[in-house]
Amino acid sequence: MLEPQKKELKSLFETMCVIRCFEEKGVELTAKGKLPGFLHLYIGEEAIAAGVCSNLRRSDLITSTHRGHGHLIAKGGDVDRMMAELYGKATGYCGGKGGSMHICDLDCGIVGANGIVGGGIPIAAGVGFSIKYRKSDQVAVCFFGDGASNQGGFHESLNMASIWNLPIVYVCENNQYGISLHCSKHQNVENIADRAKAYNIPGMICDGNDVLDVKEKSSEAIALAKNGQGPVLLECKTYRIRGHAEGDGCNYRSEREVEEWLAKDPLKNFRRQALSKAWFAEEELDAVWDACVAKIENAVQFAIGSSYPKPEALFENVYV
Amino acid sequence: MRTLSYCDAINEALRQEMERDANVFLAGEDIGVWGGCFYATHDLHAQFGAGRVVDTPITESAIVGLAIGSAATGLRPVVELMLVDFALVCFDQIANQAAKMHYMFGGKIRLPMVIRTACGGEGNAAAQHSQNLENLFTQFPGLIVLAPSTATDAKGLLISAIRDDNPVIFLEHGQIYGMESEVPDEAYAIPIGKARVAREGNDLSIVTYHRMYHESMEAAAILQEEGIDAEVIDLRSLYPLDIDAIIGSVEKTGKLIVAHDAIVNSGFGAEIAACVAERALYSLEAPIRRIGAPFTPIPFTPALEKIYLPNRNRIVEAAHELMK
Repeated sequence: MLEPQKKELKSLFETMCVIRCFEEKGVELTAKGKLPGFLHLYIGEEAIAAGVCSNLRRSDLITSTHRGHGHLIAKGGDVDRMMAELYGKATGYCGGKGGSMHICDLDCGIVGANGIVGGGIPIAAGVGFSIKYRKSDQVAVCFFGDGASNQGGFHESLNMASIWNLPIVYVCENNQYGISLHCSKHQNVENIADRAKAYNIPGMICDGNDVLDVKEKSSEAIALAKNGQGPVLLECKTYRIRGHAEGDGCNYRSEREVEEWLAKDPLKNFRRQALSKAWFAEEELDAVWDACVAKIENAVQFAIGSSYPKPEALFENVYV
Repeated sequence: MRTLSYCDAINEALRQEMERDANVFLAGEDIGVWGGCFYATHDLHAQFGAGRVVDTPITESAIVGLAIGSAATGLRPVVELMLVDFALVCFDQIANQAAKMHYMFGGKIRLPMVIRTACGGEGNAAAQHSQNLENLFTQFPGLIVLAPSTATDAKGLLISAIRDDNPVIFLEHGQIYGMESEVPDEAYAIPIGKARVAREGNDLSIVTYHRMYHESMEAAAILQEEGIDAEVIDLRSLYPLDIDAIIGSVEKTGKLIVAHDAIVNSGFGAEIAACVAERALYSLEAPIRRIGAPFTPIPFTPALEKIYLPNRNRIVEAAHELMK
């Protein structure tokens, strides 16, 4: 294999590992009662953020969701400042005033995560409009879940983006559950991508647990969107391994179902392929993982070592 | 000086700001060739084209999202929600998103956007096309809420709103679009957060805005003939609120009438009354009176709407009671 290709594969794996380590640390810290608030974790869905964002430049723009840590990391967010935000510290991305669901970093193209299911979808229409208005060559990627695809804002926004051919890729992470409700009970379509027909735009489906499939399909989608053939609706089939938020007992699904999806874990998937095709030796992959563990441990230390915001911060940034 | 209608003053502010700054664009329902439901955007489509005067589908959440996303990434959108009643369709985008993004993202995002919307309907527009909902917006930190009463202020405040880096709710009023006042030709900015003493007086203070400002001025003229000297304060800006101007007036007159079109119960007048009670209770020589709409949806029939809408006579009656 050529060296650039190998570097690219390694980078995809590394991004997935950073996300997984960050999220597993979230599980651990929540269980120990170390973090205020609650976390919506991305475990099992890492291939989507890693695959899609590997096709984006720093200047390209994304909107994210309540389950947004993976998007932020894959788009270049800094894990130290993310972890500090989870701890509510002054060094966090939002100075501790946003928390897990509201991280934003325009410097790396993150127009913000969102606590409202589907809340970012109308905003992405504005981002796409702005790109076109400014005659920029950026692209906008709007992440959301299967649950959000039932919100009114989804329909309003895809309709608007389609009539104006906005350069937006709508990445639907179909993780099968809207909180506790299985998708078979919250929508009457097998494939959310089929809804693209309603807007006369391309609809695509990929295996959201296979980072290479995500990368390939999202690359096609981005090219279409940038060439004025968009917007595009890309559905990534995946599974939410954890509950809706940490602490969710998941009494609405069977352990067997979870086990079936654990077997399709995107990191294991990649390892299996990488070893069988001899892209990497096992030690190389282990070294990537170990480095990510250390990176997240450092992030935790950074967060713990940081100060809380001063009381006067309460009144800062209400207005410009 | 020449006079312009409230509607044309808004139109001129939009045109001058669009000429000044290529990042300013307009979007909303039927604002293009049609010129907007109240005609406030007339001729702008012809001058600036469909790329900057953008007709949208009838999808209010997407319209406000369009403003947020484009404002966050370098543009200065001015979007129109045809009627304030329709803001209830997209309140997530206004209150959960636009109002909060600067704060919850630690100041990283600025939203220089304006939402223009018409309150008060056109008369006989019934329960879903006539409301006055300003108190909903003033409840959300992060939003600036303006409510000009005259053409002069409409132009100057809209220019300030467009140049401001915060999300601004620019509340127009359907029943005063045709009213004229002196409007300078050039672009001018009226500072946000400053009330205007529209009429000086010593006997009682009337604090008001929008259509009821005009009713208050008429009431003050009637009272003048009876020898009662009313001061009229036109708030212009509901957030930030020029509370010092109100307190100063009440300290002078000792009597307060708050007059607005909105429902009295939990209406914006309650905030003014509470502020005065907190800061100037001992200056009051009589109870505070609030004039506004009753606690019912707005009826359609002229026979009932006439009773529903507050007017100058109710202000005069309240003044008589206060002066006893």
